[in-house]
Amino acid sequence: MRRHLCERSIEASLFLAALASVAITLGIVGVLAYESWGFFQHVPLSEFLTDSQWTPLFSEAHYGILPLVSGTLVTTVVALLVAVPLGTVTAIYVSEYASLSIRETVKPILELLSAVPTVVFGYFALLFVTPLLQRIWPDLPGFNMLSAGLVIGVMIIPYVSSVSEDAMRAVPMLIREGSYAMGASRFQTALRVVVPSALSGIAAAYVLAISRAIGETMVVAIAAGMQPTLTLNPLEPAATLTAYIVQVSLGDLPHGSLGYQTIFAAGLVLLIITLIFNIAGHFLRKRFHHAF
Amino acid sequence: MPTNLSSPLKADVKHLSFFYGTVQALKDITLPIAGNHVTALIGPSGCGKTTYLRCFNRMHDLYPGNRYEGQIVLYPEGINIIDPSVDPLAVRMRIGMVFQKPNPFPKSIYENVAYGLRIRGATQRNQLDEKVEQALRGAALWNEVKDRLHHLAFHLSGGQQQRLCIARALATDPEFLLFDEPCSALDPTATSRVEELLAELKQRVTILIVTHNMQQAARVSDFTAFMYQGQLVEFDTTKTIFTNPANQLTEDYVTGRFG
Repeated sequence: MRRHLCERSIEASLFLAALASVAITLGIVGVLAYESWGFFQHVPLSEFLTDSQWTPLFSEAHYGILPLVSGTLVTTVVALLVAVPLGTVTAIYVSEYASLSIRETVKPILELLSAVPTVVFGYFALLFVTPLLQRIWPDLPGFNMLSAGLVIGVMIIPYVSSVSEDAMRAVPMLIREGSYAMGASRFQTALRVVVPSALSGIAAAYVLAISRAIGETMVVAIAAGMQPTLTLNPLEPAATLTAYIVQVSLGDLPHGSLGYQTIFAAGLVLLIITLIFNIAGHFLRKRFHHAF
Repeated sequence: MPTNLSSPLKADVKHLSFFYGTVQALKDITLPIAGNHVTALIGPSGCGKTTYLRCFNRMHDLYPGNRYEGQIVLYPEGINIIDPSVDPLAVRMRIGMVFQKPNPFPKSIYENVAYGLRIRGATQRNQLDEKVEQALRGAALWNEVKDRLHHLAFHLSGGQQQRLCIARALATDPEFLLFDEPCSALDPTATSRVEELLAELKQRVTILIVTHNMQQAARVSDFTAFMYQGQLVEFDTTKTIFTNPANQLTEDYVTGRFG
C-alpha cells in the first residue's frame, strides 16, 4: 500500500514536470495572442499586412509589418547562404573524409563557435566585418543587413554541420559499401548515396538553422541598424522583428498602450514564421525518412 | 585440389594472408578460381570466408590498419589486384559484389540499377533504359517492377531488394561477382529464385559465393572450398567435398558434426 502511494506520487511529479513546459509554452502563446488581440482592435489586419511603413511610435503612426518581415527575411537569407553550404560541406568532410583524430579536433572547435556569446558576434559584425565590407563597397552604411547576416551565418554553421554530420554518420556502413563496391569514389559515395540517405536529418539541420537565424536578435540589433525599412537590399540598414522588439522593450512605453502592444504583434508574427518552418521541417523529415 | 579445373582460371590466389591491424585473419591461402563457374566458400562463423571474399574487391581498403600479403592474380591480364599500386576503384569496376543484407540506395528502382552506369559517366537516356532493363531481366526482377521503375526501392520486399542489388551489380557487366551469403536474410522462395539466378549467371560471369548453408553450396556451386580458422582446409569439386572429402575436418563439417 505504501509502495503503491510512493509510485503514484513519483508518477504524479513526473507528470507535473512534463506538464510545466507544455503549460509555459501555452502560456506564452496565450499572452502573445491576448496582447495582439488588443493591438488588432485598433489596427485592422489589412493595414498590418499591407502597409509599407512601420512607424508605431511616430505621431503619424503606420502599422505595416512588412518592413520588419523583409528585414528578417534578408538577414536570414544572407545567413543561410553562408551557413548552409559551409555547414553542409563541413559535415560531409567530417563525416566522410576526416580521420578519427581530425574529427575529434574539428568537432569540439566547431561547437565552441556556438558557445561565443551573441553580443560578441554583434560587435564583431559592426566593428570588424562592416569596415572590411566597406573596402569593397565604400558607400556601405555603418549599419547594414549584409554584415549582420554574414555573421549570423557563421554563428549558425555549427547547427547545420553538427546535426547534418550526425545524420550522415547514422547512415549504415553497409549502404556506403554498396556504393564503393560499384566502383564509386569517396566523393560520389558521399554525394550520391550518403547525403540522400541522410536527407531527413539534413533537412532538420536546415530548419533548425532557419529558426535560429530568424530568431537571432543581438547581432541584428547591434549591426543592422534599427530603422524599419521595406527593402530587400542587404546593403541597406533595416530592422528585423527581433531587433524591433528589443528596441521597444528597452524604451519606457506605458503598459497596455498601443505602442506596447505592437511588440506582441511582432512577436506573434515571429512565432508564426518559425512555426511554419518547424512544421515544414517536420513534413520534410517524414518525407525523406528512410529506415535502414 | 582438383587436378583439372576444366576451364581457364579467372583468378589465382597465391599465399594470401590478411591482417586486421595485428590480428591475422587469413593464413597463407592458395586457391584457384575457375572462370564461368561457381566457387563456394564454406566454413563455421569466424573462419575468414567473408574476409577472404572482401579481398577480391579491396573492400578492406575502406578501413585503416588493414594489410594484405600474397597475391590475387586476376586473368586474363594477370595483374595482382591486391598490389598497393593497383587502384581499388579500378578493381571494383570489374568485380561486383552482392552483400549479406540487401542494401539498396535511397533512390528509385531505376536509379539503383543505373547507379554503376552513372558513376561511370553514362548519361544517354535510351542507353541507360536498355541497360537497366537488361540488368533487371538478368536478375529475374523485370516483370515484377517494370510498371514502377520510378518508385523508391525501399518499397520492394526483401527478396526483391536482394535481386535489385544483383541487378545493380549486373548492370555494369562485371566479369566477376562476389556473393556474401546473399540469401541469409531471405525466405525459402526468394532463396530458390536467387539460386536459380546464380546458375544462369555463371554463363556470363565468374562467381565466388560465401554461404552458411551446406545444401545451398551443394546445389549451386561447382567447386567448394572449406575454410577453418583463417586457413583453407580443403578445396575440390563440390561433389568430392560433399561425398568423399579427403580431410576429416571437412567431413565432420559437411555432415553437420560441428559448426
